[in-house]
Amino acid sequence: MTFSEMLNIGLMQGFSGLSLFAVLLLMGLGLAIIFGQMGVINMAHGEFMTIGAYTIYVSSRVVELHMPALLPYYFPIAILVAFVLAFVAGWALEWTVIRHLYKRPLDTLLATWGVSLGMQQVFRSTFGGKEVSGTLPDWIMGSLTPVEGLDIPINGLFVMGLTIAVTGCVIMALNHSRWGLRVRATVANRPMANATGINTRKTDRLTFAIGSGIAGIAGAAFTTIGSTGPTSGSLYIVDSFLVVTFGGTANLFGTVISAFLIAQTQAISEFFMDGSNGRVLTYSSIVLILMFRPQGLFASKVRR
Amino acid sequence: MPNNFDESAFDATRRKLLKVLSASPLVGMSSLALAQQFPTAKVNTTGLAVTDTEVTVGQLHSATGTMAISETGSIQAEQLAIDQINAMGGILGRKIKVIKEDGASDWPTFAEKAKKLLVNDRVASVYGCWTSASRKAVLPIFEKENGLLYYPTMYEGLEQSMNVIYTGQEAVQQILWSLDWANKEKKAKTYYLVGSDYIWPRTSHKIARKHIEKKLGGKVVGEEYYPLGHTNFNSMINKIKAAKPDCIYAIVVGGSNVAFYKQLKAAGVTGDKQFLLTISVTEDEVLGIGGENFAGFYSACHYFQSIDNPNNKKFVAAFKAKYGADAVVGDVTQNAYLGPWLWKFAVEKAGTFDVTKVSAACGGIEFKDAPMGYTRIHNTNRHLWSKAIIGQGQTDGQFKIAAISPELVEPDPFPKGYQ
Repeated sequence: MTFSEMLNIGLMQGFSGLSLFAVLLLMGLGLAIIFGQMGVINMAHGEFMTIGAYTIYVSSRVVELHMPALLPYYFPIAILVAFVLAFVAGWALEWTVIRHLYKRPLDTLLATWGVSLGMQQVFRSTFGGKEVSGTLPDWIMGSLTPVEGLDIPINGLFVMGLTIAVTGCVIMALNHSRWGLRVRATVANRPMANATGINTRKTDRLTFAIGSGIAGIAGAAFTTIGSTGPTSGSLYIVDSFLVVTFGGTANLFGTVISAFLIAQTQAISEFFMDGSNGRVLTYSSIVLILMFRPQGLFASKVRR
Repeated sequence: MPNNFDESAFDATRRKLLKVLSASPLVGMSSLALAQQFPTAKVNTTGLAVTDTEVTVGQLHSATGTMAISETGSIQAEQLAIDQINAMGGILGRKIKVIKEDGASDWPTFAEKAKKLLVNDRVASVYGCWTSASRKAVLPIFEKENGLLYYPTMYEGLEQSMNVIYTGQEAVQQILWSLDWANKEKKAKTYYLVGSDYIWPRTSHKIARKHIEKKLGGKVVGEEYYPLGHTNFNSMINKIKAAKPDCIYAIVVGGSNVAFYKQLKAAGVTGDKQFLLTISVTEDEVLGIGGENFAGFYSACHYFQSIDNPNNKKFVAAFKAKYGADAVVGDVTQNAYLGPWLWKFAVEKAGTFDVTKVSAACGGIEFKDAPMGYTRIHNTNRHLWSKAIIGQGQTDGQFKIAAISPELVEPDPFPKGYQ
């Protein structure tokens, strides 16, 4: 192998670590809001991602049938639609189920798990048991080749850009908007927030819906790298929880750092060993670190 | 287990059947008359669910859960075969009735439902299972309760039972010929083996590695496994790029399969630049992967929807008429379709529904109208003789036939020298 080939492989490997970082962060972001800020263990997070994935599939079919000329452009709009649909579904779920369970956080685990099974069956009955694949725009499915032998996946770049945008928006909103202020107040001290006139129920519902909507965005974006089927969401749920728990709940900054560390460990270990063993190494290091820091890497000092 | 059954004991029955068949051709003969030729007391001596007008069989697949993605096609194909057999008058003058059970992608549930079908429902045969894990879970029950299972999936081999007919390819049948072809036609000398981490890919790669190293004089430059459901293959793709194999030999399954091919394409590894051969992608999988992401890569099976023969044209047309014009037929779906037909022929050869006698009659059963062209059950190991076929993926999700083995390939579930 020549030096330039090694350089290319090194660059591509560096990119694949970054792109995995973006994927994990986008996966965990919605959950970080719901689990981190509200303490709801949302096992249906993966299914909200599946809503996003199916939104892409349906949009691509509709566009293909009725306005094939728009095929190269529909994708960003479909992602917005995915956000809206998942947002609405999250709103409905909070209103019907979750709001009755805030005082019993462990029960949210069982309830949302049931919801997740139910949603999987709804997908199966609606779209069939088989995996589907929407027609993605050609521009997103290729690679950039600045020099011979160096291929940068465009879908990786796309997911990265989207992750930066979404994360930026969420951090801005949490720190600089009225909604963010209310959320932080509610997290810090719910009765006191209530006493100062904040409608914590409304805040909760909006927070849950926004978290779900972000899951929808993630699911839509992941159609470029993964599968669309009734159980696709279950492929992401473990990693999502891992990112959020490891980073420390209630801290978005922690989620970002945690996604970065997990992604780098996984990408590098997979390069130097077998995929299964890489996974073992990644998980055992996380378990080890969590043994010494059960609260995760970063924990905000709040009274719960 | 060798076939130690003494066939002469049933010559009398068979001669009688032949006499019946030659004296009065089946066409034009009412099923009632045929049923009278074979009184229930004679054709059912072990208390199976067989009446004067009906015979009950079982279907045991996952209609729910993670495997429903794969098993739906099998359920549909078996139902189609049964409908067609019923339309022709059934078996020995009796219509087939199906009891459907859902294994729900959960192996203990498969075992429980198998027991229910055999003990409570007393079904005469069962069409079912998809994963090896589910088959292993039900096998002891089929052997203990003496049931007959038709199993449709390609699998790792190393199994043989008087209670199972394997209609998919076992590993040796699927792998050796395709590797020979890769070596000869594609001049592949170096191979990179990739698989999902469970028994089928691991056993298959073990066989492939032995064949590549010992018989083909080639070299395996990498072999690795990823957990089921793994969705990120970028690091592995970089490793493949560094190793520069002539051939990527892939056995990735499920949701990982989609991620694998989408990411290969995004990393610039496409069919026109890299030779890739897989044994785990059929038309059904391409639905999820997207034809444009698999185009140019090769798949080795013993059936493709695009095989050009009159049997297959009829079969595909019937399948689409029943399940919609968008429906596709993959290898396993076709294998599932063979099951009820092979059972019908064995029952007619045995002249009875009794499981032991039908099972004994299975060896050598031919299916000349099989969509794959022609097939025959092996006399001793009860897998199918079939031609190996290699298809090249097209953007429309179909396969262009690239090569067909000139002869039927013998199934060999216990290959010497490959263990």
